[in-house]
Amino acid sequence: MKRGAHEGSARTLAVIGAGPAGLAAALAAAVRGSRVTLIDAGAQAGGQFYRQPAEELGARRPQALHHQWRTWERLRDGLAAQIATGRITHLTDHHVWCVERLDETSGFLVHTLHGPAQEEPSVVRADAVILATGAYEKVLPFPGWTLPGVITAGGAQAMLKGGLVLQGRTAVVAGTGPLLLPVAAGLAAAGAEVAALVESAGAKSVARHARTLSAHPDKLVEGAGYVAELMRRRVRLKARHTVVEAHGDGTLEAVTIAALDREGRVAPGSEQVVRCDTLAVGHGLLPHTDLAETLGCRLEGPAVAVDDEQRTDIHAVWAAGEATGVGGAALSLAEGHIAGCSAAARLAGRPRAWEAAAKSRARSREFIASLDAVFAPRAHWAEQVTDDTVVCRCEEVPASAIREAVGELGATDARTVKLLTRAGMGWCQGRVCGPAVAGLAGCELQPTKRPFARPVPLGVLARAGEDLPDE
Amino acid sequence: MTSKRTPLDLVRAEPGPAHTATFDGAQIAVLPGQTVAAALWSAGVTAWRTTRGTGEPRGVFCGIGVCFDCLVTVNGRPNQRACLVRAEPGDDIRTQHGTGHDDAAEGEGP
Repeated sequence: MKRGAHEGSARTLAVIGAGPAGLAAALAAAVRGSRVTLIDAGAQAGGQFYRQPAEELGARRPQALHHQWRTWERLRDGLAAQIATGRITHLTDHHVWCVERLDETSGFLVHTLHGPAQEEPSVVRADAVILATGAYEKVLPFPGWTLPGVITAGGAQAMLKGGLVLQGRTAVVAGTGPLLLPVAAGLAAAGAEVAALVESAGAKSVARHARTLSAHPDKLVEGAGYVAELMRRRVRLKARHTVVEAHGDGTLEAVTIAALDREGRVAPGSEQVVRCDTLAVGHGLLPHTDLAETLGCRLEGPAVAVDDEQRTDIHAVWAAGEATGVGGAALSLAEGHIAGCSAAARLAGRPRAWEAAAKSRARSREFIASLDAVFAPRAHWAEQVTDDTVVCRCEEVPASAIREAVGELGATDARTVKLLTRAGMGWCQGRVCGPAVAGLAGCELQPTKRPFARPVPLGVLARAGEDLPDE
Repeated sequence: MTSKRTPLDLVRAEPGPAHTATFDGAQIAVLPGQTVAAALWSAGVTAWRTTRGTGEPRGVFCGIGVCFDCLVTVNGRPNQRACLVRAEPGDDIRTQHGTGHDDAAEGEGP
């Protein structure tokens, strides 16, 4: 329990996000003597992976909705201990909208909004920053996907874990990716009738990566456990199938699913209608990179680029977890730990050692690369997007407008499509429609530079800079 | 394998006593700690917004504050994300039509 020599003026680290990566980072840095401010939008730590029910709901067995609960207990107890020592300050319900870099020596201002309406501003000063901002779900459009009752797979899980609620009685879980299994299993365990799990990847694509996958028996056991649970509950597992349309009059009533051929096209005549009032759908995850982009961090594809120490190319800014590439909780924990150790070493001059975490990171990354290859969104998904399918949900831009922008008006990138159609100009700022617009336009998904990570009241913007934190 | 199982049973929840809010004037029971979205789902409501353009119904989509599809008017304030905002006792929750500002004329500035 040694403390820094200059406790009062110790250099401070802001960790943004209290999911697995942020918690691991905050704990690693705090244990090594750093003063950490852990800033998170949630009411409780945990992020999406360890999202907890509201305390007032009195869940006595929340682990029934979770995996790797012991890891969570270790993180939770570690956090409580560090808060007690004063090394970690945990700011809950604080939504970071911008991280401002002052100059090489003055560090950073982390601008947040809090309060019931998330409109009360506050500023945290820090000498270094770890971005552990996580990811959000990618959903590719199909006819009917805007009907109430259609929800992202992660959203269904978040509502279940956090609010202990189900949307309806009968669910279909569809799309692609490893998230679908725990979502289907969770919904079924909580009392939903899961009519089918519809996964566009097929067994052959798994077999192609069998060697790498079999080198990770723990993960395979986890996956097999979900499959066994779903089979026990008589959930139909439909591999190499897809949802082509959601039906309903004002609310979801059924979906049409269809088999896919070898090329990922819908096999004619294979369509069948499945009645359901919930469709939980997801096609993978996208890293949250807004704060990194505002800071000027270099990206690689859709993720923040980092070196072996999880450092970004901006001095004193680290990134860890899904923000640097989607890879699951184990990878996030390893990356967070490394980032925390590295940041503490640089802030306090302590020796660095994170060999075990680096090994775990390397193994996880290898595994994830195989998963990505298995669960790539199917080719030809755009063929099922009818012209009147809404692609940009906020601005209600139909696919026809995007096709026209590309085919007739000559747009060759998402930005031009946006200017011509307003796709991506609404509330969510293209977070939801970005992959679909890129796919329909036949261009790469480019990161969209957004000045702020969330909506900010004009009054807060007008006063920004006046109310610097007291130090 | 009972079809009556609920998420609350699954985690052996012992919530505090429910409080009351209203949705479009009708009383709904809310468990303490639940968001507006969770409270509405519990009350069997899955849509509480109509879009600005075509007036289509919407409810929760992403569930984590990213997509803004679950916007709702709470106590006269439009554009609250139902998946993030907690439902408090006595809240007046209303379907948000369009931008919500037509509905909020009484009491709220532009």
